[in-house]
Amino acid sequence: MTRAVRPKIKGLKQAGQLAGDGLTALWLLLPYGILFSVFIAIPVAVSIGLSLTYFNVVQSPQYAGFFNYITMLTQDEVFFKNIIPNTVKFALLVGPGGYVLSFFLAWVLAQIQSVPRTVFALALYMPSMAGGVFISVIWRTIFSSSQNGIINALLLQYDLIEKPIRFLQEPAYLLNIMIFVGLWSSMGIGFLAMLAGILNVNEEIYEAAYIDGIRNRFQEVIYITIPSLKPQMLFGAVMAIVGAFNNGTIGVALSGANPTPQYSGSLIINHIEDYAFQRYEMGYAAALSVALLGIVWLFSKVAYRLFGERE
Amino acid sequence: MANFQGSRINPKKFSASQLKFYVFLIPLALFMLLPVLFIVGQAFKPMDELYRFPPALLVKRPTLRSFQFIWMIANTTGVPLIRYLVNSLIVTSVTVVASVLLTASTAYALSKKKFRAREGLLRLNQAALMFVPVAVAVPRYLVIIKTGMANNYLAHILPLLAMPVGLFLVKQFVDQVPDAILEAARIDGAGELALMFRVVFPQIGPALATVGILCFQAVWNATESSNIYIVDESLKTFSFYLNTFAVDQNPAMAGMAAAASLIMFAPNLVIFIALQSRVMNTMSHSGIK
Repeated sequence: MTRAVRPKIKGLKQAGQLAGDGLTALWLLLPYGILFSVFIAIPVAVSIGLSLTYFNVVQSPQYAGFFNYITMLTQDEVFFKNIIPNTVKFALLVGPGGYVLSFFLAWVLAQIQSVPRTVFALALYMPSMAGGVFISVIWRTIFSSSQNGIINALLLQYDLIEKPIRFLQEPAYLLNIMIFVGLWSSMGIGFLAMLAGILNVNEEIYEAAYIDGIRNRFQEVIYITIPSLKPQMLFGAVMAIVGAFNNGTIGVALSGANPTPQYSGSLIINHIEDYAFQRYEMGYAAALSVALLGIVWLFSKVAYRLFGERE
Repeated sequence: MANFQGSRINPKKFSASQLKFYVFLIPLALFMLLPVLFIVGQAFKPMDELYRFPPALLVKRPTLRSFQFIWMIANTTGVPLIRYLVNSLIVTSVTVVASVLLTASTAYALSKKKFRAREGLLRLNQAALMFVPVAVAVPRYLVIIKTGMANNYLAHILPLLAMPVGLFLVKQFVDQVPDAILEAARIDGAGELALMFRVVFPQIGPALATVGILCFQAVWNATESSNIYIVDESLKTFSFYLNTFAVDQNPAMAGMAAAASLIMFAPNLVIFIALQSRVMNTMSHSGIK
């Protein structure tokens, strides 16, 4: 009942138009279809295919059945001890964590006037548009263990430590710093979508709800804002999940090494790159890719469950 | 309901009840911006300030020295900086224009044409929203080698053209264009191309601007094509070259790394500010049903 009302115009179904439509559509869809196939669909298919082979780039791939998957589950010690816990921790905190944070911030921004709102929105969105290079330069400088690392300088100045901490090389700190930086740069496109969505909720729905007995902003959020926003919330959730996994290379960027010190900041993406471009075990790397796509799919499935509209 | 006082979403006037939000937002915004400010300062610091302990947030005697070094080092490696910059400008402009056109025409077909596979294709594209490009770096690499695109501008451009997120957003927008307008134009004798360029595209300007921005950010910041697909140094892009400064840790290089990342960042910021109202307009139609 509280769903966002949006005008829908039904297509004019005319017999003559229908016949020509298919052909025109085919021509219009062809370029995108080809590029989509070549760079998205085929690579995914090839990943699945290669994951069943042994392939070292030099010789042609040899069929190996589920060998790679079995290796992943039984032989790859690092995978279970470091990679999976790191990936899940990072993805959960930066994905859903960043997501809740972006909803909350979008809601707060909607409570103030338009001009200051634009300024604050820009400030919050800025880190996410900075791009990986900029992000790693910033945070490497700030956490640097050399004399111009600003955090170490402050700690030393107030005598809190005796010698600089190598934040980005210490396993104890690296993953937490990655999560912090991930959250800092997570107010991206999903955040903008939610802000726009909150601003678009029909004022009359709120009025009606207040007549029906809603009393405060908290109830307003629970009963009106979130239900009205479901479509945007879903888009934001999918973007947050994908963003969290795409950000996965940040540990390598920060520490300057793949694998990261004692695998403390290595996520599954880094593990893939390690096997693919350093060890040239493409078959195993492909199996890891399939595992990653599976994990992303699982996360998204949960998001669809939570926010999707039943058909 | 003239005095409706409940919801204060999108208020027109300032009231004291908003103060608590400002108390929260101002420190937060400063916190988000401080690292960026620090890098700006860092980029303009002279050598002695870069080595100063403790490091200062802001620069005292700004200099362009770091920027000059970036320029000079490029020249000593045999590939002048201008070459990287021209590569980036060509690659970026071609990719953005092509991607916007591709997205717009595909969205038009998916929204306004009736054919059997339509629902399936929409679902496929929606599933591709979850696509994580880095996951398939290996097969992409193989595809690019096999199709002979390696060491070619095409390797920078083609992989970034099909953008599921962009198509998704633009399609929602084309849905809002009334069929009656298309019908009227068709009766007036407008062909398919005229329909697209004269009737549909002008109405979906905000969505196209958004796709343009997203595409710009992706292609301008991209380093993987230069890293993996391109061997010839003179075909690599500006972002790749600037990225080579980002890996060094010593203070002398920190100035250059900051300057380099600032050069990368500035166009993103300018374009986003210029187009931000259109982006917000697009985002209000971003819901997944």
